[in-house]
Amino acid sequence: MTGLLTIFAVILLGIAIWQLVKIYDLSHAKADNTQVATEKDNHINGLLMMAFLVFLHGFTIYSMFKWGDVLLPESASVHGKDVDQLMLITFVVIFIVQAITQALLHYFAYKYKGEEGKKALFYADNDKLEFIWTIIPVITLAGLIIYGLWTWTNIMKINENDDPIFVEIYAQQFNWKVRYAGADNTLGLANVRYVEGANVMGADMSDPNAHDDIVSTQELRLPKGRKIIFKMRSQDVLHSAFMPFFRAQMNTVPGMVTQFSFTPDKTTEEARQSLEIIEKVATINKIRTEKNIQLQAEGKETLDPYEFDYLLLCNKICGASHYNMQLKIVVDTEEGFNQWLSEQKTLAEVLQ
Amino acid sequence: MSASTQALDHTHDHGHHHKETFITKYIFSQDHKMISKQYLITGIFMGIIGVAMSMLFRMQLAWPEEKFKVFEIFLGKWAPEGVMDPNIYLALVTIHGTIMVFFVLTAGLSGTFSNLLIPLQIGARDMASGFLNMISYWLFFLSSVIMVLSLFVEAGPAAAGWTIYPPLSALPQAMPGSGAGMTLWLVSMAIFIASSLLGSLNYIATVLNLRTKGMSMTRLPLTIWAFFITAIIGVVSFPVLLSAALMLIMDRSFGTSFFLSDIFIQGEVLHYQGGSPVLFEHLFWFLGHPEVYIVILPAMGIVSEVLATGARKPIFGYRAMIASILAIAFLSTIVWGHHMFVSGMNPFLGSVFTFTTLLIAIPSAIKAFNWITTLWKGNLQLNPAMLFSIGFVSTFISGGLTGIILGDSTLDINVHDTYFVVAHFHLVMGVSAIYGMFAGVYHWFPKMFGRMMNKNLGYIHFWVTAVCAYGVFLPMHFIGMAGLPRRYYTNTAFPYFDDLANINVIITVFALIGGAVQLVFIYNFFSSIFYGKKAVQNPWRSNTMEWTTPVEHMHGNWPGEIPHVHRWAYDYSKPGADDDFIPQTVPMKKGETEH
Repeated sequence: MTGLLTIFAVILLGIAIWQLVKIYDLSHAKADNTQVATEKDNHINGLLMMAFLVFLHGFTIYSMFKWGDVLLPESASVHGKDVDQLMLITFVVIFIVQAITQALLHYFAYKYKGEEGKKALFYADNDKLEFIWTIIPVITLAGLIIYGLWTWTNIMKINENDDPIFVEIYAQQFNWKVRYAGADNTLGLANVRYVEGANVMGADMSDPNAHDDIVSTQELRLPKGRKIIFKMRSQDVLHSAFMPFFRAQMNTVPGMVTQFSFTPDKTTEEARQSLEIIEKVATINKIRTEKNIQLQAEGKETLDPYEFDYLLLCNKICGASHYNMQLKIVVDTEEGFNQWLSEQKTLAEVLQ
Repeated sequence: MSASTQALDHTHDHGHHHKETFITKYIFSQDHKMISKQYLITGIFMGIIGVAMSMLFRMQLAWPEEKFKVFEIFLGKWAPEGVMDPNIYLALVTIHGTIMVFFVLTAGLSGTFSNLLIPLQIGARDMASGFLNMISYWLFFLSSVIMVLSLFVEAGPAAAGWTIYPPLSALPQAMPGSGAGMTLWLVSMAIFIASSLLGSLNYIATVLNLRTKGMSMTRLPLTIWAFFITAIIGVVSFPVLLSAALMLIMDRSFGTSFFLSDIFIQGEVLHYQGGSPVLFEHLFWFLGHPEVYIVILPAMGIVSEVLATGARKPIFGYRAMIASILAIAFLSTIVWGHHMFVSGMNPFLGSVFTFTTLLIAIPSAIKAFNWITTLWKGNLQLNPAMLFSIGFVSTFISGGLTGIILGDSTLDINVHDTYFVVAHFHLVMGVSAIYGMFAGVYHWFPKMFGRMMNKNLGYIHFWVTAVCAYGVFLPMHFIGMAGLPRRYYTNTAFPYFDDLANINVIITVFALIGGAVQLVFIYNFFSSIFYGKKAVQNPWRSNTMEWTTPVEHMHGNWPGEIPHVHRWAYDYSKPGADDDFIPQTVPMKKGETEH
């Protein structure tokens, strides 16, 4: 019934607009309305151009104040600092260019709005000007490209000799699993053809390296200050291992092993105690408390209070539950990590 | 000039049998002007479907826990009791993308204006092949019908994202939309590509062969340059998507392993061995990236033309504008890898693609600066078309600048596939190209239909749209920078994103208003076809040749001989002239120099 009424309301609204427009047209029938802009139109729209400029820049500034705190907190990995630095520099460039070009565009639209009897300046070319605004982007971009490529090469150059820990991230619809290389720090061979029963990641148990491997399905635990090399696999479709707090992302591709590497430099506990996160958690819990009041009134289950954790999210469309494919990441001290790891069962033990 | 003599004979032929049946005039027409209208109206209908879908999924994102009657009305059993199914959410996103990119902004934009303007602006009687042109439209129509029909498949339409990456798109076990829905998607796109290729070949042949006397390449209006180069990009890149689609069809139906390997799904190992999804990504983006220039270049051409006419000034730096179109076209074919920085391809390739991608900023910057300078000291006639052109420059700059972030592999790591990307490409190619299309419709409506659109409705349309476009996409950058991935049915699974909920509501409210105000345009468009004020021959006092043809459409475009061209298209406010415009067909005065 509500649906029917809504449809009627929309149709009536449509008819009303139609009629209003008709009335407006008829009442202006006598005016010389050729549908080409008059001097008055130019004047009004020129002013609106200036108003729009104020709106655009005002809205940008407002958003930065209002929503600045939703952005990701300070990076929790070593290379992430370089990424953030480059991001900051790029944003400064973008804001300067945006502020100036939008101002000129809208100001010119206002300032040079058409007037009767005015003649535009015949100005077709100026090689010098065009050279200037070719060379300025060239220099700016050269700087950004060089800085960017230097950082990129540093991040992606994966050196297996810097005493890293090998961790496998394994994706499937719609969860993540993790495999640690174990005491020998070598991941055993694996293929989806070996997936059977408790061997959920298809480890090849004829490979001795696989025996001491350790599988975790509840969390991805990492030691602070050690370089981690992630080897990534997927058993069904494309997924993407997105770890935004560490400025890390790599697709997992069925049929091949992809890799990414970073060094966490802040434990989960340290992150929880940082001012940024404390404020963020407070905001989120305020929202949740407000929602709970409403939920309680409706007699529904209430939401738990939120506690901060690092996250591994799926960031490549992978099916119906793509939106909920996540794994908690815990960064611990190296001792804590080793302690935790020693408490886990090895694959050989699990498959016995 | 054998070409023009031939064209002339062609009209004489038609002069003898004037009587056309309804079918040959309105349906199976070979006249480029009629075909252009067919493209536009089909494009508008597809646009309505595409935009309506975005309204639905924006509502879902803003109020994920609410039940909406409107979902049940439109989605039926896919939204039981008004709760949207996650699969249909993905399907809406997928089909929205496909329809907007291909059916509205490729066929609707390029198809409409290339068809209308190429013969009229270069001084030709019609396209090189009117018959192929007709086939091209009808293939487009057929592909549109199939795409719409795929919405009614039992298991739902294709839902693997508009990029249809396998294995998700290849395996019906992975998602219901990858069954018959995906088959229809692939068939529809294959037909669409055939249509696009026929159209493009026709445009290229026409521009190269059928220009009237005096219309050298360096006197062509920038619209024609843009359409011409767009057609070349299309011919180079669309066949690659066709081959990718065919290989995907083989993988899906005939057991080949081009893109699939080592798959374990729903408790069984599939036989596929040795293929690579990354190969598909390469093939897809080899078209997919040039595609965004196929979308944006025609809009750039239209905007250049409308800005010069509206400013009553020559376009600034005509040669630099052509050079930058060529540079963009060349670079567009060697940057596809920037969609794949984190796909698992060799990081060295990432470096190469970062380099080539950021280079595109240079010709783009030249174009933006030249447009702004075109306005400087002009006498701006702020018609709706002019407003949309200025709006285009604004959104193109705003959206283009964030491309510097996404094109940089280092920065892309953390914003890849987040809402930051969605905000970026919607501004730079979505909104901008739509603005270009609106500018074109408002500007050439009198040429298409012989009547004027209502300018006041045009003003309302522009200003509300302009505010809403930024209202939607500016906040979206923030939720992207907050780490929110795109294509999530709801964000409630992550308490960490709870503080983004109110931003999502703001975005949706702007989107709903922005979507609703398009009805003003639809009304204005369709009512003006019948009731608009009769147009004069050259309402915008423009220089280009299409305004020398009679208001009433006729086969062959010009009643007598095709006029000759004596100057470039941008002699606006030339010193020494009486009027502030000198059409291209006016001979040079004694002692007058070309700009």
